[in-house]
Amino acid sequence: MGESYAALMPANPYNWIAVWRRNFLAWRKVALASVLGNLADPITNLFGLGFGLGLIVGRVDGTSYIAFLAAGMVATSAMTSATFETMYATFARMDAKRTWEAILSTQLTLGDVVLGELVWAASKSVLAGTAIGIVAATLGYASWASILYAMPMVALTGLVFASLAMVVISLAPSYDYFVFYQTLILTPMVFLCGAIFPMSQLPSSFQQVAGFLPLAHSVDLIRPAMLERAASGGAAFHVGALCMYAVLPFFVSTALFRRRLLR
Amino acid sequence: MSSAAIELAGVRKSFGDKIIVDELSFSVARGECFGLLGPNGAGKSTIARMLLGMISPDAGKITVLNEPVPARARVARVRIGVVPQFDNLELEFTVRENLLVFGRYFGMSARKVETIVPSLLAFARLESKADVRVAHLSGGMKRRLTLARALINDPHLLVMDEPTTGLDPHARHLIWERLRVLLARGKTILLTTHFMEEAERLCDRLCVLESGRKIAEGKPDALIDEHIGCDVIEIYGGDPHEFVEPLRPYARHIEVSGETLFCYAPYPEQVRVQLRGRAGLRILQRPPNLEDVFLRLTGREMEK
Repeated sequence: MGESYAALMPANPYNWIAVWRRNFLAWRKVALASVLGNLADPITNLFGLGFGLGLIVGRVDGTSYIAFLAAGMVATSAMTSATFETMYATFARMDAKRTWEAILSTQLTLGDVVLGELVWAASKSVLAGTAIGIVAATLGYASWASILYAMPMVALTGLVFASLAMVVISLAPSYDYFVFYQTLILTPMVFLCGAIFPMSQLPSSFQQVAGFLPLAHSVDLIRPAMLERAASGGAAFHVGALCMYAVLPFFVSTALFRRRLLR
Repeated sequence: MSSAAIELAGVRKSFGDKIIVDELSFSVARGECFGLLGPNGAGKSTIARMLLGMISPDAGKITVLNEPVPARARVARVRIGVVPQFDNLELEFTVRENLLVFGRYFGMSARKVETIVPSLLAFARLESKADVRVAHLSGGMKRRLTLARALINDPHLLVMDEPTTGLDPHARHLIWERLRVLLARGKTILLTTHFMEEAERLCDRLCVLESGRKIAEGKPDALIDEHIGCDVIEIYGGDPHEFVEPLRPYARHIEVSGETLFCYAPYPEQVRVQLRGRAGLRILQRPPNLEDVFLRLTGREMEK
């Protein structure tokens, strides 16, 4: 059992790149639409929420609301783009399109495939985060350099949520089940984790719960980076927590995928 | 170095309390075409997946290209080409891109793949389709591309799960012809099929399966000789049970399947005499084939 589980792990440090490149090639064919979508979404949100709410709210946490929100949106969009890439595109490749089946008949292991998919989903997060960053920097709500500083945290956030979504798709019988994850886990997280308003607005019991959620750690890393402040609570602590959230689900989902696919 | 490409010994597999593969043993020599023949649900695909290490057996020992499977299946797969039962090509990619992406899974550089793409396309008769999206190919072309893709790592062994299921006769004959070319080049082929004709034409040896058990094994003509060994007369167009008793003295064996009576007749003329004057009967005399072997062994027809 233990030995055969070990055989599922990535066979070497670079096999996953072939999987990533397969997804990149597929993405390149629809790149223009994908980039436009990634830009249009934050522009609408920043204008709609930022100007609309921003006028009422005024300054938050020592900065303009729109700058506060832009940083929160970089974190949430890293979360949603990695999640949706995994729940829809990766699920299709694992299930209906039989892409994984084809890959698993080569010298790649299940771990290689999962890792390649995770890094790919994180890449989509970086793309989405960059798009918002460009919009925010163009409008003067963040410096161009700060966008660059935020990108490693965006990538880590993408890995975390791809890894969590991987567990969801390893269990879900069909697309219909994803809505539970979305409405019961992701949407509450957006409101609990300080993406749209400061966590200090929440009752203290909610604040304690939120402190454990991965998006809270992402927001606590990305917002200070974009506003060029020091991370509250220590950056290393947040990075460590996110690494746990990225790595543990990887092992869980790989075991679950074996049960689902290799039997 | 052992000469066998594949060796199974006492392999068992069940899902829940359903036994899928039951104490199965066989061995495939290098350069041989070995067929797993049986109806749907006989366990053929499960066996194919076990050879690739994608399913672990509950008991027994599997060795493929000298590697213990599933423990070192990944190493074995470096020298295996796989044609799966259902096409899993990249529909949005061109033919060339499919080969490129698949080559990368074997650690091949784009340049390396580019150098062998022309010969693979020529082999699959897809030279003019290199830059066509796979979604636009016919079923036969997709199957040939899957075959070309399986050859990208220059495998010693090809594992093919129903390579021609769902193809029209023309496309099927083209695949058979291509497989014979591969055998002439010294490749080992393990194929699963429920087409008797496919098994008879291609396989050096085969193993007939029913419900995960081996019910016969050998060369196709030897199996036919051993189990039938005479001409077969098919009679249909009436109630087949009506003829069982009158024909019994003249037949080595009689099987009724559906509305057809199969009479294994060493002296077919005597059978014909018995049937003379019966109106509306259709009588077909033919040499025996593997289908008869299967019917003889199991008392039922293969699913078509």
